[in-house]
Amino acid sequence: MLKHTPLYDQHVALNAKLMNVAGWELPLEYSSQIAEHLAVRESAGMFDISHLRPVDVTGPGARDFLRRLLATDVARIDTVGAALYACMLNTHGGVVDDMIVYHLAQDWYRLVPNALTGEKDQAWIQSQARDFDVEVVEREDLALIAVQGPSACAQVAAVLDDTLADAMNTLDRFMATSDGETVIGRTGFTGEDGLELMLASGKAVSVWKALLDGGMTAAGFGARNTLRLEAGLNRYGYDMDEDTSPAECNLGALVDLDDDDRHFVGREAVLMEAEQGVRHRLIGLLLEDDGVMRDKAAVREPARDDGRLDVSAGDAQGRVTTGSYSPILGASIALARVPAAWADQAQLEVHIHDAWQSARVVVPPFVRLGESCIEG
Amino acid sequence: MSEIPKELSYAKTHEWVGNDGDGTVTVGITEFAQSSLGDLVFVELPKVGDKFGAGDVVTVVESVKASSDIYAPVDGEIVEINEELADSPERVNEDPFGEGWLFKMTVNETEHLDTLLDADAYAAIVEEEQD
Repeated sequence: MLKHTPLYDQHVALNAKLMNVAGWELPLEYSSQIAEHLAVRESAGMFDISHLRPVDVTGPGARDFLRRLLATDVARIDTVGAALYACMLNTHGGVVDDMIVYHLAQDWYRLVPNALTGEKDQAWIQSQARDFDVEVVEREDLALIAVQGPSACAQVAAVLDDTLADAMNTLDRFMATSDGETVIGRTGFTGEDGLELMLASGKAVSVWKALLDGGMTAAGFGARNTLRLEAGLNRYGYDMDEDTSPAECNLGALVDLDDDDRHFVGREAVLMEAEQGVRHRLIGLLLEDDGVMRDKAAVREPARDDGRLDVSAGDAQGRVTTGSYSPILGASIALARVPAAWADQAQLEVHIHDAWQSARVVVPPFVRLGESCIEG
Repeated sequence: MSEIPKELSYAKTHEWVGNDGDGTVTVGITEFAQSSLGDLVFVELPKVGDKFGAGDVVTVVESVKASSDIYAPVDGEIVEINEELADSPERVNEDPFGEGWLFKMTVNETEHLDTLLDADAYAAIVEEEQD
């Protein structure tokens, strides 16, 4: 039995094609996932992301606790109202989750984890919190709506009450505001400007309807996946998991090592890996001909005319972690895990329909603020 | 319930077949097929003159989320392909029974046409797959 968010009836009313997102019945698309993707890049689209449960960390020990729990240092967001993209590691240095951390008030932080490992995350966080003077509460009472795109802020302002709208209009990127009940962050997962609204469920329904009445496009998880892929963002379970270190999935910059006295979970493992050398990298691939690179496709170095390196798919050492299509580029793009040395190659080959096709190696993101980042 | 025009014939593999009356048929994929596939992004087509046996894979279409093989409904030879699909694969989604047609081919054995499904028989297949 799949779980329903407070906005489920709205998706049914819009005739959404529904899918299973980690145990939740959520929209794949409402009309066409490509149309929804383009709406986000060209004006705005909204997503029901209520399955992502915010975790509130409150109490005098909150800052110290998070400085231990997360590989990213929340000292970076000592300013109230600031937000941070962060990662959380296990003791082996593998990624447990990536998330946005909001510093909402003195002694009040909110984590919105991206992964849907749900109970496992909760248990881990609670066990780490035992040594600190904090309370950790999963906010099951909230609904989350992400509104993303160049006109997202304007369209949201139009449906909020004046005080909240005014507060929202002062937000810079990666800042948040709260009126005690509703939290709005100028954050997102699409590579566009936009907002993430965290609301009591009743209010979420009325805000959703008001946005729809104002002409907002409802967008599903099909579009959400192609948008985040164009933006070069990882999806848990595909591009990263507990056996992947941050350096192996483009999150190396999220790990703060400068404070030697900050013994965050996974620190020793990160240091050891730096000494021994990172073994894999996550690279971007762009297919220049027709065709689509699919998840788990084999990736190899280009075979040579003399037949050397003509590795079979079964023996190939690289693998596509997310393969799909970029509506903005009109071509297939992918993230792929490859031996670290291959990251410097200009071209690699991807196994598609029993043949090897050449793909250009690209440093993500593929698209930023609606524009291609690819040269040539 | 998905659209299933009565004047067409169907294959279990979700192709529709329109009899052009002059020894050739037009082939496309059904409303149900395009809806299951989602947005098409590449539609590779065979070449005019290519020959196929009934049940052979003629081509592959790619949607954002999946690939799907397209099968020849009859023995025959390709006489025309829908060149618009190279630039506008979305036509298959938007008008699967009309502007989204894929190719036309000759019919070597008219008996093959008789083995195809009529609209009601195809409707039963769709209903089963939807459960």
